[in-house]
Amino acid sequence: MRALCWEGVNKLSVEQIPEPEIRNDQDIVVRLLLSTTCGSDLHIIGGYIPAMQPGDVIGHEFVGEVVETGSGVRRHRVGDRVVVCSFIGCGRCWYCRNDMWSLCDNTNTNPGIGQALFGYETAGIFGYSHAMGGIRGSHAEYVRVPFADYGAFSVPEGVDDLSALFASDSVPTGWMGADLGGVKPGDVVAVWGCGAVGQMAARASVLKGAERVICIDRIPERLAMTETYIGAETIDYTSTDVAAELRERTGGRGPDVCIEAVGMEAHSSGPGYLYDQAKHQLRLQTDRPTAVRQAVHACRKGGTVFVLGVFAGAVDKFPLGMVVNKGLTLRGAQMHGQRYIPMLLERIAAGEISTAHLATHTMSLDRAAKGYDMFKHKKDGCVRAVFHP
Amino acid sequence: MNQLARTALVLAGAGAGAAVLRKAASARRRAREDGERWMVVTINRAPTDVMPHGDPPSPLDEFGDALEITVRPAPGDRGTELAARLREPASPASASLPSRLAGKDPRQGVRRALREAKSLLETGEVMLPDAPPTGRGDTVGGKVVGLASRRAGGEGVL
Repeated sequence: MRALCWEGVNKLSVEQIPEPEIRNDQDIVVRLLLSTTCGSDLHIIGGYIPAMQPGDVIGHEFVGEVVETGSGVRRHRVGDRVVVCSFIGCGRCWYCRNDMWSLCDNTNTNPGIGQALFGYETAGIFGYSHAMGGIRGSHAEYVRVPFADYGAFSVPEGVDDLSALFASDSVPTGWMGADLGGVKPGDVVAVWGCGAVGQMAARASVLKGAERVICIDRIPERLAMTETYIGAETIDYTSTDVAAELRERTGGRGPDVCIEAVGMEAHSSGPGYLYDQAKHQLRLQTDRPTAVRQAVHACRKGGTVFVLGVFAGAVDKFPLGMVVNKGLTLRGAQMHGQRYIPMLLERIAAGEISTAHLATHTMSLDRAAKGYDMFKHKKDGCVRAVFHP
Repeated sequence: MNQLARTALVLAGAGAGAAVLRKAASARRRAREDGERWMVVTINRAPTDVMPHGDPPSPLDEFGDALEITVRPAPGDRGTELAARLREPASPASASLPSRLAGKDPRQGVRRALREAKSLLETGEVMLPDAPPTGRGDTVGGKVVGLASRRAGGEGVL
């Protein structure tokens, strides 16, 4: 079958690989209907996430049709249309039982690598390096889904493939930022990044009753999309002093909750960006925390900063003094999708969350390398490239 | 060189030598301690499920008398702490990096078995990697990742 493989830093190609097979009784095999790019893939493609091998299949956000089930699968049958959570949870360890699915103890098949990097390993994730289990990704014709009773969710009637697709990762990730960030009615929420995850974090904040939601980016198409589909205000950081603008819009207090949805390859204006870029390129820091710094700086006293963007390692010049002296709550997590996906599919079906607009460019899997190039460089207003096999 | 400088040099040399010896002794002591340390997993099951009739769970039972095994309830209703260590502690040499890279540290097998026992008890299976693998070791980085992946089940902080 065809699959999009990582062949080295900034090298992707569609290759022929063997079809996946049932390896455990609780597996299913899914025929891909749609699979999409994610900003976090760019960290892999660019070589910022270690532990990739040439030939590894990438991609982790997808919807498909069940074509084979293991003997231990109870909740799915051949022909089901399913959206699959990007993180794999066993459903029965202490972390899964406590709804912290991305911390599952039993799904990272390379725990020693994860423990070397983070102290304790994360759950396994599709197509996201051998540190996260080395599991084949979703940019392929077929993919094996372990522990399918817990990670695959039937798509409700009336929800089309394109709308369901983003319930795999970006919608639950965004929802989690607002949920674990403690957004409540009356709050003012600021979101850094108007990609798919940032938009979904903003929409979640709106639905949770935030009185004002303000999103920050530099790409005109994304800012316009956020205003149109999400119902949030925007700030273009290339033409505005973000901290001053946020102070003005929040009565001098600062936002109650600041959600960072940018990650380790953040851009910004000003000398701080040049400093971070230089250190990043020289590998003197593994991640650029530009947006996190801004969020910590802008957040009101006693507020919460939630880091949704993907970071891999160590950052420099982190304003820990601001966290302590302003009494901030600082949280972060990879997404606990299984906790939210059924509820989010219902909200998508009810029209409360719009997702299809994120798919700005749909193309064949054969053109996936081109799709990533458009996505990475934001060509033609690309927010997400979506591949069909 | 005057007498004072010679004395200072001798003292500095002695101090450095003592520091090196202390460091080496500390490393040996730590390696010995690591060899005797319990490796522990917490299993989200009751102690009676983990060690029914006092028998160790699979695949730890394959080690026979080579292992000491204990269980105790985990605090906060987190299940059961299952601990194992080799009756004959691993030598510091077996825990060296070359030995571990070669897969010859006997504790690697214990760690792998502990993780598998936990997964079997919690989920009924041990999740296997995809097969055949599509990643290739035809670059230096690919070789390193391949080696790390092969050892990863028996390595880590247990």
